[in-house]
Amino acid sequence: MTKAGSPMPDAPHFPPSADSAPGPLWVNAEITYKCPLHCVFCYNPLNYASTFDKELTTDQWLKALREARELGAVQLGISGGEPLMRDDIEVIIAEASKMGYYVNLLTSGIGLTEERIAAFKAGGLDQIQLSFQDSTKQLNDFLSSTKTFDLKLKVARLIKQYDYPMVLNVVLHRLNIDHIGQILQMAESMQADHVELANSQYYAWAFKNREYLMPSRGQLERAETVCNDFRERLGNKMKLYFVVPDYYSERPKACMNGWGSVFLNIAPDGMALPCHEARMLPGLTFPNVRDHDIRTIWQDSQAFNAYRGNSWMPEPCRSCDEKEKDFGGCRCQAFMLTGDATNADPVCNKSPHHSLITHQVALAQVLRAPDDDVRPLIIFRDDRNSRNLSQE
Amino acid sequence: MSISTNQALRFARQYKLQWEPTQNAYVLLYPEGLVKLTESAGEILKRIDGNATAHDIISRLEASYPGADLQQDVLDFLEHAYDKGWITNA
Repeated sequence: MTKAGSPMPDAPHFPPSADSAPGPLWVNAEITYKCPLHCVFCYNPLNYASTFDKELTTDQWLKALREARELGAVQLGISGGEPLMRDDIEVIIAEASKMGYYVNLLTSGIGLTEERIAAFKAGGLDQIQLSFQDSTKQLNDFLSSTKTFDLKLKVARLIKQYDYPMVLNVVLHRLNIDHIGQILQMAESMQADHVELANSQYYAWAFKNREYLMPSRGQLERAETVCNDFRERLGNKMKLYFVVPDYYSERPKACMNGWGSVFLNIAPDGMALPCHEARMLPGLTFPNVRDHDIRTIWQDSQAFNAYRGNSWMPEPCRSCDEKEKDFGGCRCQAFMLTGDATNADPVCNKSPHHSLITHQVALAQVLRAPDDDVRPLIIFRDDRNSRNLSQE
Repeated sequence: MSISTNQALRFARQYKLQWEPTQNAYVLLYPEGLVKLTESAGEILKRIDGNATAHDIISRLEASYPGADLQQDVLDFLEHAYDKGWITNA
């Protein structure tokens, strides 16, 4: 049971749709980039702080969601940042639920009071995904750079009390992966129904911190053994997903099930994106939901058509018999690592740039175990760093 | 485990059945995913209401489609849906 996952959302469990799909099936509303945590593996853009004074209003969100729903979108993720930082998600959840969306809230739990969860339940919220950084109070607080662990345990109890399944997300990396046994014990004691232990994917802040976050092969193997033991012992009581970094693969992930195929991300400032990271790609003008309706954005915009289908592909993807399966991997990863978004994702061992991946993986085997010495080198996701990095 | 024909069926927690005009089909929604149902799968699942048993569902379908012998096909599909975790005993 391995799937591509957090901190990016799961690979959609959707059938790939035809190039001519009228609209997205899955909308992710990044309602705000404000967040009380400062996670070192955050996938929000480095310059996230520039969106703070441009956030969509409640009505602008509802208009965009209505337009997407009319085109057939059924899944709605409400994420961030920390979505609970906005005081209007009660309204957005209730209205989206009325429109017929299946609504999923992705939260760190900070700010989730009983009053708010009761309102979400009454509004029709279908699921809550709670993220944890680690099982030990000390590392959880270090990685998220705040004191939140006890609070999260309280939130986990609230989620159960309101009859939601306990869906737990823990982002794994070099600094916490050796604690996987404790993490799973914590999950078991919280009566988690689904646990996703996904290694961070190296985008945005996680890319900045990549060498501190990538586990060694030995760490991955030990972690997988622990996972398998838990699976054997707990059976169906707790569904467990373990996801290794894609750098350890020889074929790329089928990123977003294909560009402009099922997924639409709407950033806090209204920018419409085919994935969470696409904002970084050069040469594309991403439309804003303030200025255009979703139909125009999805069907007609240059950005959503840029890598749709496979006519844009150069070799080795063009003649590859797996191009319909993985779509050449991730455009953002291709751009970040090779400088050209049309290249094959270098995770693929058919890519002429594959050594960029194997080099990093080799480095991860020889780096010493992280300790307090490296901690000052890690770049935390916070507003000051965001403003500094946007100048670069 | 198999389905008892005399026990009421309901959707599992987190599963929702919904008619989608844009797809001209019933879809089954669950966290971060969906299954687009064939016409017959939709006809079967839309009769699950927390009270109806497999037996009731078969009789109602046979009333809607007179002359068809649906028993085995419907049972097979309900079994499949049960194994997939979409439906459970009420």
